[in-house]
Amino acid sequence: MSHYLDIDHVGIEFPTKNGPFRALQGVDLKIAKGEFISLIGHSGCGKSTVLNIVAGLYGATEGGVVLESKEVSEPGPDRAVVFQNHSLLPWLTAYQNVELAVKEVFKGKLNRSEMHEWIEHNLELVHMSHAMHKRPDEISGGMKQRVGIARALAMQPKVLLMDEPFGALDALTRAHLQDSLMEIQQELNNTVIMITHDVDEAVLLSDRIVMMTNGPAATIGEILKVELERPRNRVVLADNAEYNHYRSQVLKFLYERQRNPAQTEGKKKSVKPRLVGKGEAA
Amino acid sequence: MKDKLIHSLETFGLTPMVPIVRLASGENPKQQFQDLFEKLGLPLIAIVAFLLLWSVSAANVQTSLGQLPGPSQVLEQYHGLVAEHKEEREKEVAFYERQEARNAKKLAANPDAVVKTRPYTGKPTFFDQILTSLYTVFTGFILGSLIAIPLGVACGLNKRLYSAVSPLIQVLKPVSPLAWLPIVTMVVSAVYVSTDPMFSKSFVTSAITVTLCSMWPTLINTAIGVASIDKDWLNVGRVIRLHWTKQVTKIAIPASLPMIFTGLRISLGIGWMVLIAAEMLAQNPGLGKFVWDEFQNGSSNSLGRIMVAVIVIGIIGYILDWLMLSLQKVISHSTPEGAR
Repeated sequence: MSHYLDIDHVGIEFPTKNGPFRALQGVDLKIAKGEFISLIGHSGCGKSTVLNIVAGLYGATEGGVVLESKEVSEPGPDRAVVFQNHSLLPWLTAYQNVELAVKEVFKGKLNRSEMHEWIEHNLELVHMSHAMHKRPDEISGGMKQRVGIARALAMQPKVLLMDEPFGALDALTRAHLQDSLMEIQQELNNTVIMITHDVDEAVLLSDRIVMMTNGPAATIGEILKVELERPRNRVVLADNAEYNHYRSQVLKFLYERQRNPAQTEGKKKSVKPRLVGKGEAA
Repeated sequence: MKDKLIHSLETFGLTPMVPIVRLASGENPKQQFQDLFEKLGLPLIAIVAFLLLWSVSAANVQTSLGQLPGPSQVLEQYHGLVAEHKEEREKEVAFYERQEARNAKKLAANPDAVVKTRPYTGKPTFFDQILTSLYTVFTGFILGSLIAIPLGVACGLNKRLYSAVSPLIQVLKPVSPLAWLPIVTMVVSAVYVSTDPMFSKSFVTSAITVTLCSMWPTLINTAIGVASIDKDWLNVGRVIRLHWTKQVTKIAIPASLPMIFTGLRISLGIGWMVLIAAEMLAQNPGLGKFVWDEFQNGSSNSLGRIMVAVIVIGIIGYILDWLMLSLQKVISHSTPEGAR
């Protein structure tokens, strides 16, 4: 059976001063169209590396990524990335940031007014119409991330890759953005791979949660299928037994089976606080 | 309105004006007078003290050209230079009037007569020389920037290229203009051969010397600026498959603009310093030549006139630096913290 996105036995080694460092080993994952996948695991386990390989920003040492029966060899707009720290260009307005991408991706396919419409449409989708002519330093962190999502959506990607998109936001803003993302996903039926540290976020948003073992040579430890009905409502789900069951399964994986050596104090009940210093190879 | 004015005054480095504006709007007078004293009063006191010290000590130095001039003699020389300038201009106007009248007369007598218009060839005044110097320094500076910025961007994008040329840069950077000048002079004489040259050789030599000495800070700053761009920004460019030329113009250069401007500012400062020395040796008719000619001239006025030149050189250097700093601030305001 052929899959929409096939991450096929991917492994990667980084050269370091003390010889090669094996970050990933045999990561194998098949994703259907329209599926929402979360990658969860401790810092430094190689979640971002998986994402970067799918994006084409890193080349895998062995194995490969196949999207719609075509092998991924370089970055491209069909695999748009929402970066963790929004990475909007600070000298451009929100509109111009999206425009930069749209102009490149739809060069020759859309005319000027169509592009203009498409940019505004995407900013509207993330509820940023009111501030689209503001520069990133004039808007809040949550708004910046919204623009980052709009920029990625505007590329009409086959797969949307999100690297801890809400990691740097406060809990309330994060909840707002998660709701927005669920709405958008409901509407557009995007295929999404999202990296997260947040167990609640993973359970709430995902169709499947992919739990990664600790590095080096990290791989997929367990995959949890989340069969909660959509649309999901965080308030309703808070008391839902099924939801809490999923939640505790992820927690068990993370804190019993894959204890992070850096967190052996065991005082952390939730992974919610942003784990700073996400390593370069993470 | 007031806040905007104050903001732009601060942007352009006119901080002593800020308390005056605040005072005019009736804002806490005591605080503003204190501010005014600190920003305007103290520097004035220092200047007056300096002038006093100068005039007292100058009176005690006897040179072969007479007593070392004090502030008042220098001011006198300055007035002399202004008078000379005006006189020369009048002569020039008179010359052209005479020429025109002569030509008109010739044409009236014989409509087919070939008339000649000759340019005025009087000696350049001090103020002409200032303009020549500015023209030369900007030529050299712009030439240097045109080399340094692209090369810096290339070095910033390509680590290997940077490590390859970095030792060369480090060796060439500290070379004095006086060492470059003989080489530049010989090369220009050999290469720049033309029967009707657009620029005089002395000008080309001085400008190239300025280029050689002043381009390094811009080059290094651009390279560092581009190399330290947030990698995610470049990844954004890769994901949307920006062509590399657009990657440079749309991402790399705007992102490193504040750094580039810091480099340009240092470069222009060095260029101005180097220019005076270069003009002295190359005999480019600018401020450097003025100083040299006065030194060779050795009249009783010479020292005073050289001191006028020293002060003018200092003030122009200060203005150039201020211009670049203001420009840099304007640019940096449009590229917030993230880009730095």
